[in-house]
Order: sequence, then C-alpha cells, then structure tokens
Amino acid sequence: MQVVFTEDQAQFKRVVHRFFDTHSTTTAVRGLSETETGFDPLVWAQLSETLGLSGTHLSEEYGGHGFGPVELGIILEEMGRTLYCGPFFSSAVMAGYALERFADEAAKIERLPQIADGSIRATLVLDDLNHPSQVGRLIQANEAGALTGSAPIVLDGCTAEDFIIVARNGAGLGLYALPRLSEGVTAVAQESIDMTRKVARVTLQSAKATKIGDVTSQDLNRFWDLTSVALAHEMIGGAARLLDETVEYTKGRYQFGRPIGSFQALKHRCADLLMSLEFAKAATHYAGFCLAASDAETIYPSMAKAMAADCFMEMARAAIQLRGGIGFTWENDTHLWFKRAKCDEVLLGAPHRHRARMIDILQEAKDVA
Amino acid sequence: MSHDWIKVELDRFLDAEFSPDLSLIEWRKRLVSAGWAAPSWPEDSFGRGFSQAEALVVSRVFADRRIVGAAQVGPRRLAAETILAHGSNEQKQRYLPKILTGEHAWCQLFSEPGSGSDLAGASTRADRKADHWLINGQKVWNTSAHHADFGILVARSNWDLPKHQGLSYFLIDMRQPGVEVRPLKQMNGHASFNEVFLTDARVPLDDLMGGEGHGWAVATTTLSIERQGFARGRSQGVPASASAGRIYEELARELEIDNEPYTWYPQREGRPDLILQRAQETGAIEDDAVRQEMAKLFCLTEAARISADRVAAYQKSGGQGVLPAGSIGKLGASVIARQAAHVHTMISGASAMLSGPESAADGLIAETLISVPAISIAGGTDEIQRNIIAERVLGMPKEQRMDTGPFREIPRNAQ
Ligand SMILES: Cc1cc2nc3c(=O)[nH]c(=O)nc-3n(C[C@H](O)[C@H](O)[C@H](O)COP(=O)(O)OP(=O)(O)OC[C@H]3O[C@@H](n4cnc5c(N)ncnc54)[C@H](O)[C@@H]3O)c2cc1C
Repeated sequence: MQVVFTEDQAQFKRVVHRFFDTHSTTTAVRGLSETETGFDPLVWAQLSETLGLSGTHLSEEYGGHGFGPVELGIILEEMGRTLYCGPFFSSAVMAGYALERFADEAAKIERLPQIADGSIRATLVLDDLNHPSQVGRLIQANEAGALTGSAPIVLDGCTAEDFIIVARNGAGLGLYALPRLSEGVTAVAQESIDMTRKVARVTLQSAKATKIGDVTSQDLNRFWDLTSVALAHEMIGGAARLLDETVEYTKGRYQFGRPIGSFQALKHRCADLLMSLEFAKAATHYAGFCLAASDAETIYPSMAKAMAADCFMEMARAAIQLRGGIGFTWENDTHLWFKRAKCDEVLLGAPHRHRARMIDILQEAKDVA
Repeated sequence: MSHDWIKVELDRFLDAEFSPDLSLIEWRKRLVSAGWAAPSWPEDSFGRGFSQAEALVVSRVFADRRIVGAAQVGPRRLAAETILAHGSNEQKQRYLPKILTGEHAWCQLFSEPGSGSDLAGASTRADRKADHWLINGQKVWNTSAHHADFGILVARSNWDLPKHQGLSYFLIDMRQPGVEVRPLKQMNGHASFNEVFLTDARVPLDDLMGGEGHGWAVATTTLSIERQGFARGRSQGVPASASAGRIYEELARELEIDNEPYTWYPQREGRPDLILQRAQETGAIEDDAVRQEMAKLFCLTEAARISADRVAAYQKSGGQGVLPAGSIGKLGASVIARQAAHVHTMISGASAMLSGPESAADGLIAETLISVPAISIAGGTDEIQRNIIAERVLGMPKEQRMDTGPFREIPRNAQ
C-alpha cells in the first residue's frame, strides 16, 4: 500500500497550492462570504476550465481526468488551507461522485462531462447529512417521477443549476435530476455559522424530475466513504494552516517580558496539536490511498473523517485561545476557520457516528472470519 | 540489490553454514563474519550496507526458515548503534561482534538520583588518571544492569565548564569490583531496573568514546535511537522455540535470562491487541460507550502505525530528520497505552480489581493496568518529548535557562 505521495502527486500539490494562494486570499474569502452567491465565477472558470480541477477524480470516459481520491484529496487540502469559497465540494465532489456511483450509463454520459469541465454547477440534494441509513425519509418520488419533500441542508442550494436528488420510491432509493429553476422547486437560503459555504433548504412540491438511476445501500456507503475522505482532506488542510499561524503568533506576542511561545503550557499544547495533526494527516492520506487501491469496505474512511474532524476542531479552539481577546473578534481571521471546522465536523456525520461505523465494520470482519 | 538476489545469496549461505547442532556463539560468529548478523550496518562494520527494506527481506528469511539470528534483546541495540555512530574503528572491532553474538549484554547508565530528564546535569565523576579513568557516583533506573557485561555511561569529566560541555561518554566493564548493582522493585512487582553504585570503578583510556567533553553529542544519539524504538513498538521476534538441536536449547536459555526484565513490556504498551477479543468475549462490545472508546483507541493505533510507515518512507527518499518523528511517535505510544488501559478498564468492570488466578486473561489485564505508567517516563518523559517537539519541530522559543555558567555553580539536588 502506498503511504506517501509520488513525485507527480507532490508536483501537482505545489501547482494547486500556488493557485489557491493567489486566488483564495483571506481578503477574497471575506469578500465572498458577505455575498449571497458565495463564489467568484472567474476563479471558478479558471480552476475548472483552465486547470481542469473539477474533473480530476472523474473517469476519462465521462470527461474527467481519471485520477482518484488521492489527487482530489490534494485539491481539497489546499482548498481547506485557504478556505476556498465556491461550488467545488457541492458540484464536483457531491454531485460528481453521486452521478458516477448511482447514475445510469446514459445519464453519466450526458451529465458528468459538464460537471467535469465546470460548465454546469450541480449539487446533491440529500435529505439527511448525518448517516447513510437515514437518507430517503423526507423526499418521496411517485411512479411518474414527481418528487415531494424537503432537504433542510443543501450545499450551494440557491446557486446550483442542476439538482441531483436522492428520493425514496416504491422500490427503494432512486436518483433523480431536475434543473433548480423548475416548477415545484423552491430553494431558500439558510443562515449558516460558516459564511464561507452557502447552504439552502430545498423544498419539492410534486416537482417533475427525470429518474436517472438506483441507489443501493452498498453504493450509498461507498459514496459516503468517498465524500467523507474528501472532506477529511479539507479539514487537515485547514488544521495545518491554523497550527502554522498560531505557532507564529506565539513567537511574536510578548507578555511578562517574553514571547508567549516560551511558556511551557502553550508549547505543550502546540506539541499535542502537532501530534494530533500528524495522526489525522496519516489517517486521511492513507484512507485516500486505500480508496484509490480498492473498492472494499474498510475502517479507514470513517477513521479519517473522525480524526480529521476532531483535529480541526481542537486546532480551532486552540487557535482562538492562544490569541486571547483578539482571537474572539470578527476582525481577526481565525474565526473563519473555526466556523468551517464546526460545520465540517457535522457534515456527513459527526465523529461519533464514524467511530460507531468503524466498530461495525471490525465486528462484521470478525464475524465473517 | 534486488530482493530476489538477496534471498538467493542468503539461502545459499544458510544451506552451507547453518546447523542446529552448532553452538549458539559459533553460529553467530559465522553470521557476523558474513555480514548477515546486522545487514543494515555498513560493510566495514560487520554489515552489508543494506537499506531498511533490504534488511527486512533478510529478517523474513530468518523467520520463515526458523533460523537463529543475532542477539537483540535489551539495551545492546542502543549501545551498538551509538558505537556505530561515534566509536573509533578499534572500539567497533572490539565491541560490536560480541554484541551481535550475544557474548556481551549491555545496559544504559544515564539517569542518576539527581538528574533524570536533565541528563546533562549528571554528577557522576570521571577523573583522568595516568592510564585509566576513575569513576565515582551513582546511577539509577538502569534496566537489566543485573545481567549486563558492559554499560554505556555518561559522566562528568570537567566541573568548571557549562554543563553540556563537561560530559564524557564511556564504555564501562560492569564485571569489576568498583561496580555494584542492586535491583529495585517496581510498582508492578517486577524488578527490571536497578541502582548502580560506582566506587573507584575503572575505565581504560581507550574506552572513552567520541572524545573528552563530547559526551552530550554522543548521548543525544543514544536518546534519539531510544525514542524511535518506542515509536516502533517492540517486536522481539523470538524464533523457532519448538525446534530441536543444541543451538535452540542454548537460545532458549539465553532468552530466559535476556527476556526476564521484559516480560511486562508488552503490557506497558497497553495491550491494544487484546481489546477487540476481550470486548467480544465479555459482551462489552454491545455498549455504545465502550464502542466509542474502542474506536478512539483504534484510530490512534492505526494512525501511529501509518505515521511510522510515512516517516520511514520519507527517510528512505532522503527527506525529514529523525529526531522529531521519534518524539511524536514516543508521545503517541504513551497516549495509546493510556487509552488502551482506559478501555480495558471499561471492558472488565469490577473484575479489573483482580490480579490473582481469577483475573482476566491470566492476569495480563491487571499487569497492563499497573504497568502503563512506565511508558510515559522511561526513555524521556512525555513532558520532555513535548518540549522537544515544540522547540525543535515547531521552533518555539526556548525557556529562559537557569543553568548556564560553570557546572559547579548551578543549583542541584542535595546528594
Ligand atoms: C521502566 C523504566 C526504565 C528505565 N530504564 C532506564 C535505563 O535503562 N537507563 C537509564 O539511564 N534510565 C532509565 N530510566 C530512567 C528514565 O529515563 C528517567 O526516569 C526519566 O528520564 C525521568 O527522569 P527522573 O526519573 O529523574 O524524573 P525527573 O526528571 O525528576 O522528572 C519528574 C517530573 O518532572 C517533569 N520534568 C522534568 N523536567 C521538566 C521540564 N524541563 N519541563 C517539564 N517537565 C519536566 C518530568 O516530566 C516528570 O513528570 C528508566 C525509567 C523507567 C520508568
């Protein structure tokens, strides 16, 4: 099993790093978080068309670049580091992976190329973001394909052009698609703690949709693994940035005639944070390598999501605490990452749910053996 | 070298040379002279200059063919690798072969009653005489000193220089009248460490290593090797116990002595390997609170394993220093051991009290619960590892020192 990046992957990381350093500055992030749409169409076009990032993980037969979870992870780690604001996670990751996993061949051929090149921004309407077993309770499809119900939290739900929807039908769970601007669809912006990622409540009232696939529970679990690992990368990127900046801050801030970074209480806290980050990073990268190597169910995706979430939150709490009063202000940037950490922590299942899943998997493996 | 070729060559050697009727020492002498006893060591020092991956191929062949390898148990590895890094050619020739053959066991004489974390504060005296060094003082917590033939010793050869500059590093013969070893009983009932009294003990001038006043640099090498050992976890790979023949009988006798101080070492690591089975046997696995804590434990054990593999891969590709990775791994081992003890306690419930015949897993759980506190002290405490990570990895400012200037003027513990 691969444990570190190849030279090509390391080179790719440097390119992506430079792009987001230039295009996702804190000033840009602050500006976009104050807007309703929450993204810059020019930067979006550059990253999806010029750099081709949106299609990185999608197969070449559907217009993607045929790389996998590792390269996607590299992008998300850099996005997390700079808090990139835009529909990448909703469109390329959530809708892209859902189509690739659940959709019929014809729908993949029709829809994935546009997601891969960013010309269409889609999002996935899931009525539950906590646990795969709870999906499909709130949105129903009738035999004619008309959807009724509501999803309380849809990423970029007010700006996405296409909705890809998981709904319950007579047979089980099905995958459906319709444009956001369709009859019977309303999307209302929800206020979120994290202003850098826009969310909406989507309500469907006998909205006529096209059925484009079936969703088995096994596929849904695998989809959950892929998206959880992608999100874990975003979190370790954010956590690493916070640690760097927090340590720098403690070197420059003087109290009692010396830099606060020389106080052992702070040193020890930072040492513990570094260990936590190293472990979360190891877990997250490894989960990416596992997903790239095989489709088998393992504990590693859930382990990555749980560890990255705990690490990011722990880091965010410390980043505020170690700055003192200034850390609690709106003006200081730290809260932007704190809020992302809080929302990422619960998106796609809070850590305790992923830990529970790890033991389920271990138990099953033992029962089989 | 290709891995296949290594196998071919090693198989050829083993076919020609190995016999279970050889004496243990005779066999290991053959291994040493052919470079198979320590293949990752340099070619001019009894090795073959193999990479970690190549050396792994060799140890797999030994394990698969159930063939006895070089002696490994205990602090002899610390001594050997430090001698490799800092010893003169003559010292390497004199000491390394007998470490590998098992003729000499070693111990680490660093800590003192007055200085543990602050190793550079050692106050055991080393006075230079015409043809030897004279050593006086006391060492403590010295693991397997009661079995040792030699010790690696840090002592003060100059009291007027600042503390780090007045230390020297010696290779000392433990079998002499000036060295008295007294076992110390630990909180878990074992007695693997000792106190060592040095009274006019002698060290030949040739057995100063790394030069007078350079003891600190040599000692930090030993410490860094020690930390990596904790991070890696202990795999003692005892081979071929059931096989018949003189060599296996002698090996069994050697291991009985060598392993005696270490029977509880797996327990100080918390025995996370027993958790899943214990949880299933007891039914505790149905308890959601237990499942959560188990999962937290497995997150840590798996991440520590992956992280160690990452470090090894980076090092192989020529990146990353050794030191900080060792400290993170050592701190990780402590966190894992504590979490494992916590989960064992949850699983056992009230019967965690018992250590007698009715205790869980033949007393292993009880021994785990009372052995785990050692791991965050031995080999440099958790607090010291955090200092190292903060200062050397994160580059945070050092604390103000109170211990500069000539050593004799620095406040220290009453003797
Ligand atoms: C099982 C076991 C085996 C051992 N084997 C050996 C051996 O073979 N050879 C050998 O030489 N030694 C050995 N040791 C000794 C071990 O290295 C020391 O116990 C250890 O370094 C701590 O030193 P100390 O006991 O003097 O405690 P102290 O240094 O007095 O520490 C007491 C407390 O103060 C804290 N502290 C000290 N300095 C600082 C600081 N700068 N910042 C923050 N906190 C600080 C420590 O973390 C600790 O919590 C062994 C110990 C154990 C438990």
